Amino acid sequence: MDSALLIEKIVLVLVILGITLLIATYSTYAERKIAAFLQDRQGPNRAGIFGILQPIADAGKMFFKEDLIPAASEKWLFIMGPGIAMFTACMTGAAIPWGTELHVFGYTLHMQIADIDIGILYIIGFVSMGVYGIMIGGWASNNKYSLYGAIRASSQMISYELAMGLSIIAVVMMTGTLSLKEIAAQQHGINWNIWYQPLGFIIFFTCALAECNRAPFDLPECDSELIGGYHTEYSSMKLGFYLFAEYINMFISSAVIATLYFGGYNFPGMDFIESSTLLGWLQFATLFAKIFFFIFVFMWIRWTLPRFRYDQLMHLGWKSLIPLAIVNMLITAAVVLLKSNSF
Amino acid sequence: MEDAGTTVMMNQLPFIIFSFIAILMALGTITARNPVYSVLCLILTFFALSGHYVLLNAQFIAVVNLIVYAGAIMVLFLFVLMLLNLNKETEPVKSYLWQISGAIAAGLVLVTLAGALKGASAYMVKGGPEAEGIGLVKNLGKILFSDFVLPFEISSILFLAAMVGAVFIGKREKQEGGANS
Repeated sequence: MDSALLIEKIVLVLVILGITLLIATYSTYAERKIAAFLQDRQGPNRAGIFGILQPIADAGKMFFKEDLIPAASEKWLFIMGPGIAMFTACMTGAAIPWGTELHVFGYTLHMQIADIDIGILYIIGFVSMGVYGIMIGGWASNNKYSLYGAIRASSQMISYELAMGLSIIAVVMMTGTLSLKEIAAQQHGINWNIWYQPLGFIIFFTCALAECNRAPFDLPECDSELIGGYHTEYSSMKLGFYLFAEYINMFISSAVIATLYFGGYNFPGMDFIESSTLLGWLQFATLFAKIFFFIFVFMWIRWTLPRFRYDQLMHLGWKSLIPLAIVNMLITAAVVLLKSNSF
Repeated sequence: MEDAGTTVMMNQLPFIIFSFIAILMALGTITARNPVYSVLCLILTFFALSGHYVLLNAQFIAVVNLIVYAGAIMVLFLFVLMLLNLNKETEPVKSYLWQISGAIAAGLVLVTLAGALKGASAYMVKGGPEAEGIGLVKNLGKILFSDFVLPFEISSILFLAAMVGAVFIGKREKQEGGANS
């Protein structure tokens, strides 16, 4: 690998990581503001104008709090848990195409860190790793509530991963590729996958909610039953890491949903823009607009729907979503076959 | 030409690192007293093996190895171990007879493996540019559905049978218990 490419990739990694962390930080603020709006309150409004500095104040508070490690815990695993959660959350951004190319100071930046052949599998792989952070942390805490949270998280994530994978298979069959770059590029203009895969999108979105442990599927941390679930024993920045990882996961899920079903960086009328510099920036902005919209939907759902019961969660996953995803897959396969034979 | 040696070293460096991790973690798996640490070591072993697959240009196998083994099966292992709450006090004490017979059995497996792999170098896949894309999804899919279609289908029937069997066993226990509705 020549050094120019290496530097480009390092810059891109740092920029994407920075953006990810910034968006995760401000998602906490957005969440509280949206919750306040939906409940007819003011929300945070003390730190800065409209409370805009609230996340920084929160981070400062988290950072300077006393960091407790329970005496009966498995110390190393207790420390590793939040680290794993954060690490796996940050890794997934590497395979997402954040745009086509961007012209900055005369350089052409390709807006994807790693154009791997199997991008979508890479993301599923790291999402499935994410459960270890929760499981290890919950078990190492040596607390029954934490253990319950960890067990719920793992069974929930395994159950919903299946339906998620099956709904992705339909997209993969339709597009004929596992590379996210290709999938995004095929949805030129307004030829988005959502028009062909509405059911797949609904299944995927539901599973994404469950994979992020977001309400109405937030049973692993369900406060009314489990105090705080897997992070009951955590304090200070370790707790901060867990909460932060959830927001990063939400951001990445939104990016994946936008890329798989809503055209990624494509927008209607993109052919009429002649300047490639402008087009690059507009594509970048379009993708982020879509991501912000989905983050908003995630929050909207959280503050609107009540939490599922555990048996309802399992019924929904195994008896509704998986059969629906299989039916969706079969129909897609039949249509793809017919199209390739007769048209 | 003079830095051919260093290039070889550079190419082998990831292999050595992955092998080192894999062996270390495999040892950790069998020596750890706490079963949870054992499983975590095994997960890291799978990671190292996936690294090897990537080095062999088999990205698909690498990722599937992570998704299926490290991501799903090991989660189930960990799940069961956490529920069992094993620790030193509950660990069954094994007699010497068991330990000796275990050692002999494992040694026999080693001998069998060594014997089976002795002549394996003769069937080495030849490297080079034509073998470059052999592990990519496209080639793998083509081979699976043309040359190896029969073994592939048979193994999928095996999976189906295992699934039906698991469901059947689970269902029968439920009826005997009479707990559900």
